[in-house]
Amino acid sequence: MSTRLANQGRLIDRSKPVKFTFNGKSFTGFAGDTLASALLANDQMLVGRSFKYHRPRGIVASGAEEPNALLGLGSGDRFEPNQRATTTELFDGLESASQNHWPSLEYDIGAVNKAFARFLPAGFYYKMFIHPRPFWKHIYEPFIRQSAGLGRAPKDRDADRYEHFYAFTDILVIGGGVAGLLAAKTAAQSGAKVMVLEQTAHWGGRAPVDGGTVNGTAVADYIAILVTELEAMDNVTMRLRCMGAGVYDHGYALGYERVTDHAPSLEGPRHRLWRIRAKQIITATGAIERPLSFAGNDVPGVMLAAAMRDYAVNYGVTPGDKVIVATNNDDAYRTAICLKEMGVDVLRILDARDTGGGELMEQARELGIRIDCGRAIGKVSGGKRVKKVAICAQAGTGAALEEISCDAVAMSGGWSPVVHLWSHCGGKLTWDDSLSQFRPDPNRPPTGADGQGFVVPAGTANGEMHLGEIVSDAVAAGKKATQDAGFKAKRTAAPRGVDTAYAPMEPVWLMPRNAEMELRTKTWLDYQNDVKVSDVQLAAREGYESVEHTKRYTTLGMATDQGKLSNINGLATLANALDAKIPQVGTTTFRPPYTPISMGSIGGEARGEVFQPIRRTPMHDWNEAHGADWEPVGQWRRPYAYVRDGETVHDAVMRETRNVREAVGILDASTLGKIVVKGPDAGRFLDMMYTNMMSNLKPGKCRYGLMCSENGFLIDDGVVARIDDDTWFCHTTTGGAERIHAHMEEWLQTEWWDWKVYVANVTEQFAQIAVVGPKARAVLEKLGGMDVGKDDLPFMEWRDGILGGFDVRIYRISFSGELSYEIAVSASQGQALWNALRSAGDGFGMMPYGTETLHILRAEKGFIMIGDESDGTVIPQDLGLNWAISKKKEDFLGKRAQQRSHMTDPTRWKLVGLETTDGSVLPDGAYAVGEGVNANGQRNMVGRVTSTYYSPNLNKGIAMGLVLNGPDRMGEVLEFPGTDGKIYTATIVDPVFYDKDGEKQNV
Amino acid sequence: MKRYSAFAIAREALNYHTGWSRAWASPEPKKRYDVVIIGAGGHGLATAYYLGKNFGITNVAVIEKGWLGGGNTGRNTTIIRSNYLQDPSAAIYEKARSLYEDLSQDINYNVMFSPRGVMMLAQTQHEIRGYQRTAHANALQGVQTEFIGPERVKELVPIIDINGPRYPVLGALWQPRGGTARHDAVAWGYARACSAMGMDIIQQCEVTGVRTENGKVAGVDTTKGAIDCDKLGVVVAGHSGVLAEKAGFRLPLESVALQALVSEPIKPCMDVVVMANTVHGYMSQSDKGEMVIGGGTDGYNNYTQRGSFHHIEETVRALIETFPMISRLKMLRQWGGIVDVTGDRSPILSKTPVEGCFINCGWGTGGFKAIPGSGWGMAELMATGHSPLTEAFSLDRFKEGRFIDESVAAGVAH
Repeated sequence: MSTRLANQGRLIDRSKPVKFTFNGKSFTGFAGDTLASALLANDQMLVGRSFKYHRPRGIVASGAEEPNALLGLGSGDRFEPNQRATTTELFDGLESASQNHWPSLEYDIGAVNKAFARFLPAGFYYKMFIHPRPFWKHIYEPFIRQSAGLGRAPKDRDADRYEHFYAFTDILVIGGGVAGLLAAKTAAQSGAKVMVLEQTAHWGGRAPVDGGTVNGTAVADYIAILVTELEAMDNVTMRLRCMGAGVYDHGYALGYERVTDHAPSLEGPRHRLWRIRAKQIITATGAIERPLSFAGNDVPGVMLAAAMRDYAVNYGVTPGDKVIVATNNDDAYRTAICLKEMGVDVLRILDARDTGGGELMEQARELGIRIDCGRAIGKVSGGKRVKKVAICAQAGTGAALEEISCDAVAMSGGWSPVVHLWSHCGGKLTWDDSLSQFRPDPNRPPTGADGQGFVVPAGTANGEMHLGEIVSDAVAAGKKATQDAGFKAKRTAAPRGVDTAYAPMEPVWLMPRNAEMELRTKTWLDYQNDVKVSDVQLAAREGYESVEHTKRYTTLGMATDQGKLSNINGLATLANALDAKIPQVGTTTFRPPYTPISMGSIGGEARGEVFQPIRRTPMHDWNEAHGADWEPVGQWRRPYAYVRDGETVHDAVMRETRNVREAVGILDASTLGKIVVKGPDAGRFLDMMYTNMMSNLKPGKCRYGLMCSENGFLIDDGVVARIDDDTWFCHTTTGGAERIHAHMEEWLQTEWWDWKVYVANVTEQFAQIAVVGPKARAVLEKLGGMDVGKDDLPFMEWRDGILGGFDVRIYRISFSGELSYEIAVSASQGQALWNALRSAGDGFGMMPYGTETLHILRAEKGFIMIGDESDGTVIPQDLGLNWAISKKKEDFLGKRAQQRSHMTDPTRWKLVGLETTDGSVLPDGAYAVGEGVNANGQRNMVGRVTSTYYSPNLNKGIAMGLVLNGPDRMGEVLEFPGTDGKIYTATIVDPVFYDKDGEKQNV
Repeated sequence: MKRYSAFAIAREALNYHTGWSRAWASPEPKKRYDVVIIGAGGHGLATAYYLGKNFGITNVAVIEKGWLGGGNTGRNTTIIRSNYLQDPSAAIYEKARSLYEDLSQDINYNVMFSPRGVMMLAQTQHEIRGYQRTAHANALQGVQTEFIGPERVKELVPIIDINGPRYPVLGALWQPRGGTARHDAVAWGYARACSAMGMDIIQQCEVTGVRTENGKVAGVDTTKGAIDCDKLGVVVAGHSGVLAEKAGFRLPLESVALQALVSEPIKPCMDVVVMANTVHGYMSQSDKGEMVIGGGTDGYNNYTQRGSFHHIEETVRALIETFPMISRLKMLRQWGGIVDVTGDRSPILSKTPVEGCFINCGWGTGGFKAIPGSGWGMAELMATGHSPLTEAFSLDRFKEGRFIDESVAAGVAH
């Protein structure tokens, strides 16, 4: 059984017991435990079920590479599935539950798949479930979906919060092991700004477990000194529990800090995402041990040798009482020695190498451990726990020479440097034959804008496996990064690291070498996704030869560990099957993040109310307090209508619309885009931007203008006022303000960069209030201060003045056809002016009105609305706006485009008014149908509704639409099939429904 | 070629599946073919398949620089829908969608087409009107869609928050027969079917030049030697501009990175595809249980197949707003692909200035869903010189101003 040893555990505090639950059962661990070590201490080896066959799964690793021990943690609005027990620090009250089984972890119905495993090889679903057709959606797929999926879906809105930090550093060191710390120190001594990230809760990485000395000091003590030195330096930032998640272009890197995961009672966000810009990045990310491929290597109790050592040294836990070690290298001997010294029974070391190991082998032998060279594991037996191991010759096909009962197997297939972060942004790899591993190719680093490399690997991440080399490589990496970042590295000699010498490892990709098919179908590569050696061989046989094809066909390496344990073994298997060399087969692409990061952290603070900024007009609160039914328009909120007690929204709209025509309305028009265009070339510039001539507009006057894209399509409209000789003031639509500002800047910056024009978006600097209706003038006159009469302020002119004590600019413009004043005042005065106008309007029946009334009023007048009558496919000529297109100008944006054959085609749909034959309202977006169908069998269409409303002033439905030859077909009746099954009939009429001669706005 | 079926699996299981043959052959190129297709992605392979199936043209080579299906076919978010606004778009996407319905049976390879329904959320008044318009158009185009209210949205997608604080869900355009398919399987299945008809699929073979004689295509130079052909189809997505240049003409395209990401797998919690264009993001759940998420394109041209992280942030943020529970899921993997985007964001399926050379490109961010229809139309165009499906998508339209702009109906994801 797995159990806590009497006296070991450098990371745990035995004086502080910690209570937690697993599948409802109460367990006790110690402060400093990971969830994995605590589960092992409680003899809970079985922790989950695999993805496809629902096979029992035990803890196999001790860190981020763990593919099996994925648990659901927490409950309610803090529940989260698929968390690795090996990277979860234990805390009091932690709740954990295993996944992907029913009804229980021990007895899982889904494990029946295991029995059918032979009928479910790689890619089986591509070959079956084809007939009958409806069965895929209704029967096969739901079954597959249900049996896949691992953890349970969270249900609630996340109770935790997350934040983003920004950091700028000269040198970012990812990995706080001995190499990372030493590289950081080397860099920091130059004065460069250094940031060090370590994903675990402890500095030092593997070195304290593996031992050795640096400059004569035990490596664990040496690390403690390094940390103290670094912490004392002002130019160094150190973060624990912060993983380097990804490396992106131009030295951008992500740090994923788990701030309170280990102690939920702490104040602060749960996770913090660091967005880091570094001149140079050192990846000191260590290496990951590879499993060995033998039959039954997935049975709980089979564990990576180094992980077993970690559990023993760090947490005082042994995963078994009777252990067998299988290896192809010397490192695993450390595990055997360590366990033996702690009193665990190490039954046998099976060394696949005929000649065995070096000095470490001698040490093990001296401790009395039996060592068999040239031997392999033929098969591990056991269901939910290792029971026995059959031993065979590595050179054979798997015939058992001997069987030994045991309860744990430590395996080591060699080490793979963690090259993920080196590779994310294009760093290339080279195959190291002596260590059978891919390591960073120093000649092909990821490159920045200057074409120079910006990532430097260090230590084991660079393929250095011995303390002496790790230490000198770290110093060299630190110096290189320092110099490449533009600093002068201090001349220091690298310290001297010493550990035990190794005999060379030997690649073992299958154990035994010629294992027969029966064994290969039980030899796992990917534990989580259930990919076996036989599956990869099948993929190769069927022509899925590219490593990407094999991966996708078998799902190898696509599990939540992204193949950290399985990839190299898998592609070696593929290479063997194809009779190719491993580097020819190559790796799949390493993609961020290194290990999965929470969506919450990616979203950061911006959620709920602050998901996006809410833009508020100066009258926002007043609107809110007076019944505004809000409509989001971009990031603004605009009142759709002001709803009174007892009214529906529709009632309110009808009331407001009538009131503007009969008395006077007041509109918060502050969201309207306002752009100042100024400079000696401003007129010339606006002549290019607008279809109209703007340069000849006189100061004091206003002109309605249209803007088109390069392709001739209408993109915005609004009133332009000329302020003085070199200043124009352009109004845009609410949604268009930022877009049009950017559009102007783009042209100025890329095409007309030599024109003397400034453009400023001043939308939020002004509140703008429209006073609209026959009694509008009376209201303004009551407020007094400036002349607003017919002759003093004629239609389409503007004046600055004092109105009721306010410094205002009044535009006499109208989007309703009524007598109308739009009054601009500095934003800080908006609410006060609004109040003053409201008071002045009291005796005149003034009411505020919202966007829907605005829309109905303009439709009654046949005025177009950007986004309704225009949709990116409409040109001004379609809308009968030829009058607003200057014939005199040599050029403007869209002019040439509008001369293209399709733009001048007489069959383009043109703007008309539409009135239903029974006075009802046409459905939004309905199409008019013609005769027959087109070449693709679609009904021929001859027009469509662009805007449709009920007009309370005309007491009938009114609509605007674009119709084939529309203006020539006045009085014709069109059919509009509704999606409700009804056919609506409407007559083509003039689009101006109200005050056709435009008398009311000119009074 | 062995037929695939449950029975065949059972039979092969007796021999530990050692009896399966290659899904597609891996021949050396011949000196000459009737038709050469450059690009063994979904569109290229589908073009070859329908050339054989519909027109009996089987002396065809499909040439691929890397591994087949390794471009955008193997990188997209696998959404299939045809709820497009403009007639030509609705026609080709609906043709594709209807072919997907029977594709597994047609090519005897389970592409796992799952018509689970696609929903596009309306979160502003403007979007409501836009989708109502699309629903009206679709009814006349033979595309089954309807505009549904927020209660129905919630019923179909329980994990959605329809009363979010910023952009409450006001309704949705619902296409019940839209859905997803397994993207790799589409490429592999077509490749296998092409190979079975005797076509040559040649991987790891890069086209280095296009040879012409008197303005007519004569063949291609490749890293595996010269290959003659009567007709040439260029179907290479992100690198269309590069190939067109080799053939001597230019295309109105920009190549940009489009990113996607997946979460770790969880048990089924969302059966339909949801697209939220106001907040910019879309999501579905794969059969493995991963939430498959797509977002926007980078603002600058490049070929890196990576992309800027801030797009990932914006997309994830938008989806947390829409589906609050995903905040407690984790991003497993992010990736990028290079999409070529035209001025009107609609594709080009067209003859070219070089006689006998045809081009299929510009699918932008939404080509996967179109694969069967695109192949069908492209095969017809290449075989007969005319196809009603592709007619509107000709290169001439940019000269004529005859754009097919879907932006009104499709905000972010097209």
